[in-house]
Amino acid sequence: MATSTRVTGHLDNPTASGSHRGALAVLQDWLTTVDHKKIGLMYIGYALVFLLIAGFQALLMRVQLLVPNNNFVSPEVFNRLFTMHGTTMVFFVGMPILFGFGNYLVPLMIGARDMAFPRLNAFSFWISAFGGFLLYFSYFAGSGLYGAGTAPDVGWFAYAPLTSRVFSPGHSTDYWTLSIFLSGIGSIGTALNIVATTLCMRCPGMKLNRMPLLVWLYLVVACLVFVTISPLTAAQIMLCLDRYLGAHFFDTQAGGSAVLWMHFFWIFGHPEVYILVMPAFAFANEIIPVFSRKAIFGYPAMVAASVCIGFISLSVWAHHMFTVGMGPGPNAFFTFATMVIAVPTGIKIFNWLATLWGGNIHFTTPMIFSIGFLFQFLIAGLTGVMLAVSPFDWQLGNSYFVVAHFHYVLVGGILFMIFAAFYYWYPKMTGRMLSERLGKWHFWLFVIGFHLTFDFMHVPGLLGMPRRIYTYEADRGWAIWNLIVSSGAVFQAAATLLFAYNLVHSYFKGEIAGPDPWDAWTLEWSTSSPPPSYNFAVTPTVDSRRPLWDRKHPEETDAQYE
Amino acid sequence: MPFCLEPKAFAVPTAGLAFPHPAHLLAALFDQPSTSMFAPQAAPARSIFGLSLLVIGVCAGIFLVVGGMLLYVIVRYRHRRGHTVREPAQVYGSNQIELSWTVIPILIVVMLFLASARIIFVNQSVPKPATALDVTVIGHQYWWEYRYPKLGIVTANELHVPVSDPKHPTPTYLTMSSADTDHSFWVPRLAGKMDLIPNKVNTMWIDPEQAGLYLGQCAQYCGVQHAKMLIRVYADSPADFDAWAAQQQKTALQDPAAAQGRAAFEGNACANCHTVSGTSAHGVFGPDLSHVGSRATIGSGAVPNTPENLRAFIDDPAHYKPGALMPAMHLNQHDLDAITHYLTTLR
Repeated sequence: MATSTRVTGHLDNPTASGSHRGALAVLQDWLTTVDHKKIGLMYIGYALVFLLIAGFQALLMRVQLLVPNNNFVSPEVFNRLFTMHGTTMVFFVGMPILFGFGNYLVPLMIGARDMAFPRLNAFSFWISAFGGFLLYFSYFAGSGLYGAGTAPDVGWFAYAPLTSRVFSPGHSTDYWTLSIFLSGIGSIGTALNIVATTLCMRCPGMKLNRMPLLVWLYLVVACLVFVTISPLTAAQIMLCLDRYLGAHFFDTQAGGSAVLWMHFFWIFGHPEVYILVMPAFAFANEIIPVFSRKAIFGYPAMVAASVCIGFISLSVWAHHMFTVGMGPGPNAFFTFATMVIAVPTGIKIFNWLATLWGGNIHFTTPMIFSIGFLFQFLIAGLTGVMLAVSPFDWQLGNSYFVVAHFHYVLVGGILFMIFAAFYYWYPKMTGRMLSERLGKWHFWLFVIGFHLTFDFMHVPGLLGMPRRIYTYEADRGWAIWNLIVSSGAVFQAAATLLFAYNLVHSYFKGEIAGPDPWDAWTLEWSTSSPPPSYNFAVTPTVDSRRPLWDRKHPEETDAQYE
Repeated sequence: MPFCLEPKAFAVPTAGLAFPHPAHLLAALFDQPSTSMFAPQAAPARSIFGLSLLVIGVCAGIFLVVGGMLLYVIVRYRHRRGHTVREPAQVYGSNQIELSWTVIPILIVVMLFLASARIIFVNQSVPKPATALDVTVIGHQYWWEYRYPKLGIVTANELHVPVSDPKHPTPTYLTMSSADTDHSFWVPRLAGKMDLIPNKVNTMWIDPEQAGLYLGQCAQYCGVQHAKMLIRVYADSPADFDAWAAQQQKTALQDPAAAQGRAAFEGNACANCHTVSGTSAHGVFGPDLSHVGSRATIGSGAVPNTPENLRAFIDDPAHYKPGALMPAMHLNQHDLDAITHYLTTLR
């Protein structure tokens, strides 16, 4: 089976770079690289650093909420913590880690040698990285005035008029605005690159309907980025104009509109959820078939459902605004639009189920994380349907039920698939396997911690606990639930540290992977691990959706059935 | 059902941490006497509760079916050791199956939507009865202002409304806006939440069925002390409500024994932000204190209204509520005692 990859294997000489040169030369190589793989890895490494920082912020918040009327941190510090945690996780963990995998995998999976615009790619990474740096620099430079806050404390969706200069003196809000503005420029650049790459750089034979589902999903994500980052960027500029040039877009004291900001933010904010979750779908579309040893069930339906989700996600934003007094008509419309998105999402879950059906399921670490994803994403989707019912949302909105719901999506769904992707593609990226034994420990610890934290977090919401409070009354019956929720955080933290250890340890001591350790079917597994800088010595040609399946089973190729 | 009028508020922080029996935890969802949305006591909350049971039922059904199939597949088709290395049969799709799992979810969605739409319109587009009481609610950074325009009452933080008899409904209509940032009025046992947004007027209504105290709190992040912007709604019997209203309509009591305190109150910065009717204090930045002595709590529910708490609050509000906009008054002990005494007489 590996014979077909031998041609490229001879040409590759992975020792030619790196080890012989000085550290300075290596550094210079990484700082100036335009190689999509190195840029992808830098995105991933940068996101992992922020994941640890924002995870630590979550831990501090859970210590504060461990018992009622706690004084572990002050209200000011707590408000900064949840603002920084949310902003960091969305803009400087979620986006970069998913763009990182996209950068690394898209060219390899379509048989290209790089992204369409390598220099734009490098620019996008560095401008995004600068945005993250700026956000945290606010801790040192944000106060501006004596007594004004340091880091941003306006919440990750920064509702007006809390962001106006009256309520938010100093510069912390400006750091928030500028960091998101810069990261938005980077996102647009990367999205442009992904669209151009997938449309123009596919290898011979790879028609659009033979493109791996991962690449399809990244194409949809990139299109969504264009449509959604633009209003966000516009809103940030308007906010700057309000704060420094006396404009009154959102300044209610001068007749501006607080609701306008909400519309601008959520027309970005809700599709953003799909920008983050569709790469997770993308990983599942690659990993589940390989470890079920079956082709994905219903490829055309999966593509159609993805495109459909992309479009519908643009018409649901105001379900974040059911309690702002839009009136019964808009409430009914956005209830319906939001529920409809469950249909294409359901199609995806059923198709994964059908892919597993009749398969030969191997419980490797990437696969068990994917199975965890399936169960948890199912639950997250169903609590999403509950929240879509606008009258129910009048109760649940802005409560801990919502916090539990979106962490089910972001952690139970997306983060689980990101872990799966690490275990699955780490061998390709480094040439060595991650430890399966540590991986299983990581999985089980994380599952226990996740469910302790986020299953029980729904309950205080049902009991009336709003989000973003630094402490709570002792007589509400919330204490026991918060104690359980906080205890789960310890398991998650331990699991994450184990994962970090596995990443470092396996880099030096892991088992050698070889080009195709999982007996997989897409093009990235046809080149060496890690791939040479030019990816493929000879541009591959494909006849079906699973080119390596065809090479391994010449008697029964996919091309005969598609 | 006997109703706990004054829940065991302000217990020591460690109370409730001993692990209760699981059955009690489940029961807590439904009859917690404070803020559970599953223990509705007014028509809006009750209609939402009914709808939520339907939605939870449907979602639980879907979870059992899909989750059950997932579990079955994982167990049934797991790789077994010594299993043949041949690949399983490759299946690429089936239009009939795809169609069925597109159509069935569409039917479920339409059903849920129609049920939701009914409740949306039941709550948000019913005509206001002539017997309704009007209250204007204004959100401030970390406290609530309540104005009864037809009764000429202005008060703060503790909303009094009449119980509404289903045969002769006397619902209370809340007309809401904000003086500064966004807030949200949420008393789960009475109704869903509604946001208070500056430059925008929203309305909602409540009709408590039983007399008692209903708790809630601000549900939209509004600044440093968002956490201690608590809500207390007292549903009074008609007689109690009339008595309360008559008391609130009176000019603030002028107890000669507290004249010194009144003079200190008017002579210090207190009068810039607070109003006490019948005096020279006409400030509007802080809560109206004309009848502050009749309230159970101070600091928007932060602490019980005892002379000790009141004194500490006047001395430095940050003691109970760091971030509150009232500055530490730095009064001398004599004035502090006098003003504390004066405020306790304003019943």
